[in-house]
Amino acid sequence: MSQEVKKEKKFTMTLPADELMACGHLACQGCGATLAMRYMLKALGKQTVLCIPACCWAVIDGPYPYSSMDVPIYHCAFETAASTATGVKAGLEMTGDAETTVVAWAGDGGTFDIGIQALSGAAERNEDIIYVCYDNEAYMNTGIQRSSATPYGAWTTTTPVKHFKNRPKKDIVAIMAAHRIPYIATASISHPEDFFKKMKKAKDIKGTRFFHVYAPCPTGWKSRPDDTIKLARMAVQNGYFPLLEIENGEKTTLNLKLKDRKPVDDYLRLQGRFRHLGPEQIAVIQAEIDARWERLTKGCVA
Amino acid sequence: MRPKKAKKIVFKSAEEMPVMICSVGHQTHNLTGAWRNIRPEIDRSKCIKCGICWKFCPEPSIEVVDEWPVVDYDYCKGCGICAEECPAKCIVMVEEQR
Repeated sequence: MSQEVKKEKKFTMTLPADELMACGHLACQGCGATLAMRYMLKALGKQTVLCIPACCWAVIDGPYPYSSMDVPIYHCAFETAASTATGVKAGLEMTGDAETTVVAWAGDGGTFDIGIQALSGAAERNEDIIYVCYDNEAYMNTGIQRSSATPYGAWTTTTPVKHFKNRPKKDIVAIMAAHRIPYIATASISHPEDFFKKMKKAKDIKGTRFFHVYAPCPTGWKSRPDDTIKLARMAVQNGYFPLLEIENGEKTTLNLKLKDRKPVDDYLRLQGRFRHLGPEQIAVIQAEIDARWERLTKGCVA
Repeated sequence: MRPKKAKKIVFKSAEEMPVMICSVGHQTHNLTGAWRNIRPEIDRSKCIKCGICWKFCPEPSIEVVDEWPVVDYDYCKGCGICAEECPAKCIVMVEEQR
């Protein structure tokens, strides 16, 4: 009897069933960036153009002329994600198409380091594009080199254990907030409904919209592939990656108000790139998170 | 719903190649299931149909057939996210027999 009752129960879907990202792509096992792309395409729908610079997604998508997505893709040079998206949008407008959403989809290297001048220029002109940065905290595609998104204490091939990175991560959200663009949001792959809601909201806004998406990378972080979602969730819950929205560079909304944040230890211990850290370094990371959280709760962006 | 499995389009020479990527969504000829060492198996008697495995699959290789989650073993890479995230613990990862 219980079996029959169970059979009648509907399968719960909190996101639309349409898949615009097909199977057969070349991502590693347990990749966080593919999940970010999947959720974004679910929200934006078929009328979307993607501009992808050199990043993991330039490889994941598949070799020319094959593609694993049902939307057009424009592969561009590393530093030109935002300017290419600007050009594509201008071209579409010339042909009378004002509805198509143009998305620049770059990794953290193409946003924090190499692409920041193009991004800053596009944001200053307030171009009508969505810029999504999926952050896996190093240049994973070329073999785990340090980027300015790499956090304090992390191992990469260019910051080995003896000389681990001793500078904190660049605060890209504060940099973008200083441009006073209409919409900035952070999202995590562990909270897909939140990401979906923000992307739907951003689709209807005119002007430059910036997304910072947290996408764990099991290959580069030396973590287990099945811990991908767990790591993303832990980062949100311990305040390492706060979920927030900023409108017009002024109105900051914290989406997830944490009463008692968990300590950062458990999050660090799951990753091989933090294995060499002692209690002093962990205290430094914790203090950094606490200070940032203090500023956020007071309503400051950075 | 999701695109059907496509055949690989083979181009004999460089002249035949399209200027732009014409075959969008045609990477499905690449059966990534061969990468797998462990495979997920769903125990339907414990399944509560919460949709979490479907939501968090990065391939996405979990389909919904007749209101049940079904793993497409042609593409599942065996990352184990579904087994880790399943709240009812109805998915177990078993070693692949080849």
